[in-house]
Amino acid sequence: MMKRTATVLAALLLAAGCSNGNSNSSGGSSNTPGVTDSSILIGTHQPLTGPAAAGYSEIAPATKAYFDYVNANGGVYGRKITYKIMDDGYNPANTQQVVRQLVLQDKVFAIVNGLGTPTHTGVLDFLKTNRVPDLFVASGSRTWNQPDKYPGTFGFNPDYTVEGKILASYVKQTYAGKKVCFLGQDDDFGRDSLEGVEKVLGPVAAKQTYVVTNPNVGPQMGAFKAAACDVVILASIPGFTALSIGTAAKIGFKPQFVVSNVGSDPSTLTKTLGAAAPLLEGVVAANYLPLDTDESNPWIQLYKKVNSQYNGNAAFDNNVVYGMSVGYLFVQALQAAGKDLTRDKLTEAVQKGGFTGPALVPTRFSAQDHSGYAGEQITKLTGGKATYLGTPYTTDDADGAVTAYSGAAATPPQNGIPPAQ
Amino acid sequence: MDRFLYLTFDGLSRGAVYAAFALALVLIWRAARIVNFAQGAMAVATAYAGYSVANATGSYWLGFAVAITSGLVLGAVVERVVMRFVDHSSPLNGVVVALGLVLIIQGVLGMIYGNEYRPAPAPFSRDAFEVGGVAILSRYDLFVFAAVGAVVVLLTLLFTRTSTGLRMRAAAFAPDVSRLLGVPVGGMLTLGWALAAAVGSLAGMLVLPTELGLHPNAMDLLFISAFTAAVVGGLDSPVGAVVGGLLVGLLLSFVSGYLGAQVAPMAVLILLVVVLLGRPDGLFSKAKARTA
Amino acid sequence: MTIVEPRAARTKNRQKSARVRKISPLLVVIAGAIIVVALTYTLPPFRNYQLATIGAYLCVTAGLTVLTGLNGQLSLGHGALMATGAYTLALWQNKFDLLLPGIMLAVLVTTVAGGVIGLAAARLRGPYLAGLTLAVAVVVPSITSTFDKTFNSDQGLSVALDPPPGVLPVEQWQAWICWAGALVTVLVLAYLIRGRFGRDLRAVRDDETAAKLAGVGVARTQVMAFVVSAACAGLSGALFAVLAQSVSPGAFPLTLSLFLVMAIVIGGLGRLTGALIGAFLLVVLPSVAQSIAEDAGSQHLEGNLALTFFGIVLVLVMLAAPGGLASLKFPRRSRKQKGQ
Repeated sequence: MMKRTATVLAALLLAAGCSNGNSNSSGGSSNTPGVTDSSILIGTHQPLTGPAAAGYSEIAPATKAYFDYVNANGGVYGRKITYKIMDDGYNPANTQQVVRQLVLQDKVFAIVNGLGTPTHTGVLDFLKTNRVPDLFVASGSRTWNQPDKYPGTFGFNPDYTVEGKILASYVKQTYAGKKVCFLGQDDDFGRDSLEGVEKVLGPVAAKQTYVVTNPNVGPQMGAFKAAACDVVILASIPGFTALSIGTAAKIGFKPQFVVSNVGSDPSTLTKTLGAAAPLLEGVVAANYLPLDTDESNPWIQLYKKVNSQYNGNAAFDNNVVYGMSVGYLFVQALQAAGKDLTRDKLTEAVQKGGFTGPALVPTRFSAQDHSGYAGEQITKLTGGKATYLGTPYTTDDADGAVTAYSGAAATPPQNGIPPAQ
Repeated sequence: MDRFLYLTFDGLSRGAVYAAFALALVLIWRAARIVNFAQGAMAVATAYAGYSVANATGSYWLGFAVAITSGLVLGAVVERVVMRFVDHSSPLNGVVVALGLVLIIQGVLGMIYGNEYRPAPAPFSRDAFEVGGVAILSRYDLFVFAAVGAVVVLLTLLFTRTSTGLRMRAAAFAPDVSRLLGVPVGGMLTLGWALAAAVGSLAGMLVLPTELGLHPNAMDLLFISAFTAAVVGGLDSPVGAVVGGLLVGLLLSFVSGYLGAQVAPMAVLILLVVVLLGRPDGLFSKAKARTA
Repeated sequence: MTIVEPRAARTKNRQKSARVRKISPLLVVIAGAIIVVALTYTLPPFRNYQLATIGAYLCVTAGLTVLTGLNGQLSLGHGALMATGAYTLALWQNKFDLLLPGIMLAVLVTTVAGGVIGLAAARLRGPYLAGLTLAVAVVVPSITSTFDKTFNSDQGLSVALDPPPGVLPVEQWQAWICWAGALVTVLVLAYLIRGRFGRDLRAVRDDETAAKLAGVGVARTQVMAFVVSAACAGLSGALFAVLAQSVSPGAFPLTLSLFLVMAIVIGGLGRLTGALIGAFLLVVLPSVAQSIAEDAGSQHLEGNLALTFFGIVLVLVMLAAPGGLASLKFPRRSRKQKGQ
């Protein structure tokens, strides 16, 4: 036994020794990890597989396509952006692994657009300890908006509480006096959203939760049917939006569905519902970026061009619009950070804020506020496509009023790349 | 009252699928004394084949037939090419090999088809009938009952009335004696695996339209529920598999409906503990000889 | 239905255990500690993190190989026991932030849980035991979702941890903690196996009736084996909570329990060396598979190529070396024994 143990341990040592060599593949200058004179390495964690992959798996490739477009036009201050996309399957445990790999082994400059409330919450402390900029988290949780606790973390999506208030205001106006129920994901996403809804509408008639690992929402829809809900607000990812609408129809329950932005992309829902797609007619949702079907919008024209040239002409939907908008914002931040690029300079540039881009509302970045976009505009799904209703609204996470936003939309630069500062 | 009726029939419908799958597990257990942990993955693979054909030709039934047939083929292949060479002195080896097969199958499926959830439409409407104003069954549920019922009847006839069935039972129960009497034991084993895989494929095709979609991991939960059902019923007993399946289906339906979806697995655990404490070999196990 | 080793292997084992008696486990453990400390000073941070993960896995694989290899009880639920230890540590740390008492409490709580499961499982054999433990493994997300005020459902909990003492890098500190736990586990198990407990375990595995006639309490032994392996699993889970600084049901899925079984079978059932090999493979194989897939290019392929590779390795090893890697003979020695 001794000999064998010895052999095993020796083999381990050898393996460790061999691996020592190839671990420093993407070094960069010792001062700023991930940055050389000609390249920037950034990373992200995304659900490329698993129950949240529907729709969301298209986001990172779209962002990467936009970066490829920028690289083809000279990059940012001569540096080409490499975007390493790691799959965590929407499982917080996997996120721990891949983010550690990105930061410790690949030595990325920053983490950009890490996706998911339950997944990203677990890596905040690790990223803070390692002083890695954690930009434009793909989620509306309020956890990203803690400048004192997590100075390097910045949001992108409008807070779920903000969205909840805006959706609830629409319901209050349009469906006054009707019974409102709420189905949310059993984590901060669902909780924050419910809080926003109840701030405007008061306690809902019935509330249920779902977990991503249990794809059966029959009991929840059954409970809503028993409570005779007229309106059901969904804080769900696309797969579960489709599941809820489909399951409700099967038990003969047909309320007005009002869906969170993150779970309402019409193309994704149509694909997931398949033959049951007509059920989407009349569903209300919200958005803050140009709609994928708005051919006259200059941003959509730019994105479609990039999509056909650099994204393998993938199916063009709101997830692609989202991904490219993230890419655009990140390049803006890089330009603002200047040629002498360090992690601190990047976070300072983001904190300064003032970015104008494709979104209908402004960002809220400041020294006291690290949350993303300030509001949304209501959409309605007709014929499988979404159209905007009314005007955009902005509000805050607390008890501030929901106010209409009247700022004009920005147009993209001539070549579609944010100019140097 | 509506809720109760709806949950009962929903539970029976799911339970029928669990019963079918549990039957597949019992078939292999009786033939080879292995729990086929790869049953779910094999069923998914055949479902992919079936839905590819269905999408290509536009005919669900053609795809359905392809799924069952590829189940037969896959079961036979797995037995001949892999299981036959496993050292069965320790039952764990069979378990590990089956788990390795699961990884290979799911990996290959992911590579060929990708990991997104594909819609798996049902051949019949899944909207519930209204009987006296109460939504109870759907046409699809009736189809499920009919399919599983047919399988149970066919298998029973096969094993009790045909000579092939007799040979299969002999090969499983007393392989050496059967060999002496001219029964091709290896061939019977392969046939057993093929049949079991075909039944598993049927169960898979039946359950898929009720899930989130077709993807490489779609049958993992089904396998767990069916394995539980088979254990509850007694791995040696086909009757036990059917009863166990219906029991588990009903239990899951009622618990999810009245207590919430998250409590369901705990209810299953409690069921298992209660049954196994009283009858450690399952509900329909034969009495064992006393050893002390 | 217990797991019975063929007669030839049993005789070889007896010969081997006679030899083993001469080498003190304490010496092996001390040598191991020295090697690990040396490694932590030379390895880069990510490798130290992987080394720490191997140590954490070794705790549970060692306990599981004793349970399944030496006592013949197949458990598909040890992931759930790890989760018990991990959540206990998380809840404790978030209240009190005292690591060592927290780990001990995690081990204690998991031992109790293991005792309860062991009692329920004492009369079960083979696939029926597997079915029960499978249900235990699957129940973890259910418990965290039902009692979501305490356990926060699928999102899980963060684990409050103090930074390492002095200027020690985090990953090195993690590797020390995990290997301290692993080496203690291996030491305790090694002594237990050599003594009366080990003999009872094997006696019950090989022939229950004979064991009973010889005066060995079968049910008591089964439960004790479960309890011991549960304690190891609890320690492992607590260490994983420290490593990831968070706990969630997704960290302890059914596949973890299945991978643990695969690891100990491939490593070599019933041997602590096998447990070490298994722990090593659990960390290294997915990593190697992923780099192969990355080199192959396509995003589509990545995770799936890794899975397929893992699966092929498993099947091949099982077909080629059913006794596990630790049972592989060095060709020179066996040729000599054959009198060449």
